[in-house]
Amino acid sequence: MLDAPLLSVRNLTVAFPSLQHVLPAVRNVSFDIGREKVGIIGESGSGKSTTGRAIMRLHPAKTQITADRMEFQGRDLLALSERDMRAIRGHRISMILQDPKYSLNPVMSVGEQVAETAILHEKLSRRDARLRAMEMLEKVHIRDPERVMSLYPHEVSGGMGQRIMISMMLIAKPALIIADEPTSALDVSVRQQVLTILDELVTGNDMGLLFISHDLNLVRSFCDRVLIMYAGRVVEELRASELDQARHPYTQGLLEALPSLTEPKDRLAVLRRDPAWAQG
Amino acid sequence: MMIKVSGLNVTFGQGTKANHVVRGVDFGIGTGECFGLVGESGCGKSTILGAIAGRVKQWSGEIRINGEAVQQSRRELAQLRQQQIVFQDPFGSLHPRHTIGRVLSEPLEIHGISDRDVRIAKVLDQVGLPQRFRFRYPHQLSGGQRQRVAIARALILDPQILLLDEPTSALDVSIQAEILNLLKDLREERGLTYLLVSHDMAVVTHLCDRIAVMQKGKFVEVTTRAAMIKGDLSHPYTRLLRDGSLGYRPVSSTAAE
Ligand SMILES: Nc1ncnc2c1ncn2[C@@H]1O[C@H](COP(=O)(O)OP(=O)(O)O)[C@@H](O)[C@H]1O
Ligand SMILES: Nc1ncnc2c1ncn2[C@@H]1O[C@H](COP(=O)(O)OP(=O)(O)O)[C@@H](O)[C@H]1O
Ligand SMILES: [Mg+2]
Ligand SMILES: [Mg+2]
Repeated sequence: MLDAPLLSVRNLTVAFPSLQHVLPAVRNVSFDIGREKVGIIGESGSGKSTTGRAIMRLHPAKTQITADRMEFQGRDLLALSERDMRAIRGHRISMILQDPKYSLNPVMSVGEQVAETAILHEKLSRRDARLRAMEMLEKVHIRDPERVMSLYPHEVSGGMGQRIMISMMLIAKPALIIADEPTSALDVSVRQQVLTILDELVTGNDMGLLFISHDLNLVRSFCDRVLIMYAGRVVEELRASELDQARHPYTQGLLEALPSLTEPKDRLAVLRRDPAWAQG
Repeated sequence: MMIKVSGLNVTFGQGTKANHVVRGVDFGIGTGECFGLVGESGCGKSTILGAIAGRVKQWSGEIRINGEAVQQSRRELAQLRQQQIVFQDPFGSLHPRHTIGRVLSEPLEIHGISDRDVRIAKVLDQVGLPQRFRFRYPHQLSGGQRQRVAIARALILDPQILLLDEPTSALDVSIQAEILNLLKDLREERGLTYLLVSHDMAVVTHLCDRIAVMQKGKFVEVTTRAAMIKGDLSHPYTRLLRDGSLGYRPVSSTAAE
């Protein structure tokens, strides 16, 4: 990577005070993200979402977030005031969650929300913002934008909700997107469509993407690089195309445990967990 | 033929609200065979399972289990015993305040079977759980252990058929592998017949001999494991599901909804 990374994280540790007796949920995690798609995979509870939320500083107030470095475009995210942080959230770094209903405003129509983004980011008049919203909904391949504009978040399907989220990012143009299981609730056909427009958004605008998922096949085919998390730690980092050459026994174990359509196995390998993986 | 389904139709609701969910489905499952049902959410997979299990009663057509035609309502206890369901969410399907021992003895009580202790001990063994788990509650178990309990509960009446509804969809990959291995072993050891519902093509292909692909209440294709692996498929929808499960491929026409 020639340019300085968008995001640079060194020894990020996140501890929840309610869980004082256990190890921190995230421990000494380090990675960089440039203008590329970086995946995080790992089993449930391994700390993927906690990592994503820590970058946005979205944890409950008492959560202890420490890092030797957590820099976004040269700014120390942990040192920013809450006010400065708000200026970054949704503007410079955006988040897509599994269920778009939690990200969209439930009492505002889709059209109003997308238009609001255009008013905020492009200083458009209400009237122009509406046209802009329509245009963006078309860009994410919503067939009947006029009708969709008038819907409320609870009236749209999961796939449509993710398209709406992405349409707003086409306007806000954040430098970095954190997507936490964005397609896990979607059926295969819709998933491919949403991933295609997410890919277009990120690649076409030179953005960085942190893509959190438990789906190995998806991450390996969608991302450029992959971080593998186990018990709060990043145990291995690989180019997505080289996942098959993983050296860490946990990564190898995950791959062997996965039933494969193309290379069928009679029995699936059972993961033997080594307590040492959680250390370090 | 262990299961024979002919002209199965299921409609929920009536009049203008009628929802014709299963639309003329035919299939047979041989004794000891594993038959898979794949398709996207809402296409009617669980409804077919429910009709066979006697949970869904609004069906028409014919269902034969082991040669015997079953009725929509009023099924004999002895008949219900032959097929048992395992659901996706073991937490939701286990009573939170009942110990595992009680969960397992309940079906025995209902069916008036007496050698309960012996049967419970045996079935815990078969699903790979220690005997002391009898005294535990569901929340004291991991997701994989709970699914083992759900399988034990299904097996305790010695059924011939297991109806598996997304049995590993809520589990992590490594735990899924353990459960899939267990299901494979149990089928071989006990000569069980499986009907497996899943949205995961790799899981269905791993376990099943034949696979039906469902879309909007109909079978669009019934294929074999070998054909699924080779990609030798006749219906475009089957190919779409298969491609999708292999990972991300940019789609050219993204217009939808
Ligand atoms: N707000 C919170 N308070 C206490 N514990 C939490 C909180 N959020 C997450 N955790 C714990 O942190 C660990 C990691 O969780 P998470 O990051 O959500 O995992 P993943 O996204 O990989 O499934 C889990 O043990 C979880 O229970
Ligand atoms: N008991 C019921 N009453 C009314 N509608 C139902 C009932 N069960 C399922 N449905 C509807 O039938 C359709 C098929 O559901 P289901 O068989 O659960 O699909 P799948 O298992 O393939 O996801 C859905 O539209 C669902 O809402
Ligand atoms: Mg998570
Ligand atoms: Mg279902």
